[in-house]
Amino acid sequence: MDVLSKTITLTVNGEALGLPGPQTVAGLVAHLGLDVRKVAVERNREIVPRSTYAATALADGDVLEIVHFIGGG
Amino acid sequence: MAMSSKSFTSLAAASMDSLTPTSDPWMVAGRSFNSRLIVGTGKYVDLPTTAAAIEASGAEMVTVAVRRVNLSDPKAPMLQDYVSPSRYTYLPNTAGCFTADDAVRTLRLAREAGGWNLVKLEVLGPPPTLYPDMAATMEAAAALIKDGFEVMVYCSDDPIAAKRLEDMGCVAIMPLGAPIGSGLGVQNPLMIQMIIENAKVPVLVDAGVGTAYDATFAMELGCDAVLVNSAIAMAQNPILMARAMKAGVEAGRLAFRAGRIPKRAAANPSSPTTGLIR
Repeated sequence: MDVLSKTITLTVNGEALGLPGPQTVAGLVAHLGLDVRKVAVERNREIVPRSTYAATALADGDVLEIVHFIGGG
Repeated sequence: MAMSSKSFTSLAAASMDSLTPTSDPWMVAGRSFNSRLIVGTGKYVDLPTTAAAIEASGAEMVTVAVRRVNLSDPKAPMLQDYVSPSRYTYLPNTAGCFTADDAVRTLRLAREAGGWNLVKLEVLGPPPTLYPDMAATMEAAAALIKDGFEVMVYCSDDPIAAKRLEDMGCVAIMPLGAPIGSGLGVQNPLMIQMIIENAKVPVLVDAGVGTAYDATFAMELGCDAVLVNSAIAMAQNPILMARAMKAGVEAGRLAFRAGRIPKRAAANPSSPTTGLIR
């Protein structure tokens, strides 16, 4: 194993998730199997613009919210 | 032409053009809509029913909520697969937000997810009223407007608060007719009318509509549009009720434009009282 492949632990939508590092938002969204066009991501309370997913590195302990639109009044 | 067009008065001829909703659009934040019915997309039994009811309603704008993706089922069908954002104007809401911070955070995510600045702000007090928390609503509205959002705001039926929200820069004022999901209809028509008369931005009755009559009544007061969710979604046949709401809104709008007769305390015969046989 590459020395860089150290596991990082994230909190995604309130649940702990371990992923091999290094990791980006783009990698996380792909790992979760989500359609990138239909979600929005917040990292440590900051919006992550879709255009920057690949460039946004994740760090151990990051808290992420991934949301989409559902039915509502 | 066989029929003499000269038999129409100029008033009648002019009115014939204005009988279709397409000739009577309303505008919010620079966008024009022919339908004066906005529908919510919550509480339906499933997504196909949601899509069919919205189609039947004739609505062009739909409210949507922002929620966490279910990570255990990422391939589950999404609202967008059934109610296309390219066909309907999505109006993201802040339902479930009880603080200004939560509302602003939610709509920033909505803007990133959909790219839309036009939003529905609602900051609610606790059950059982879920009444608009106006102090928190104003705090959130100020933050959102500063951040470039176009805010349609759910509010109490308070003409002073409504005016203040308009002066802050909200693009539409949306007082409740009655508590959310109550189906009680417009409980305070006098205040709704005062809000309408004082407003230069569109006024929509949001919440409380129970059946088609309530939507008609709201439109007869002079509202620009009505927002309905529970009354359609929870009806025994949501698709039929959606169609009824469409008809109700159109009837109310036409009646408002037509100008109703004054109410009077005594009878007034409809047939001539002269020329009777003796």
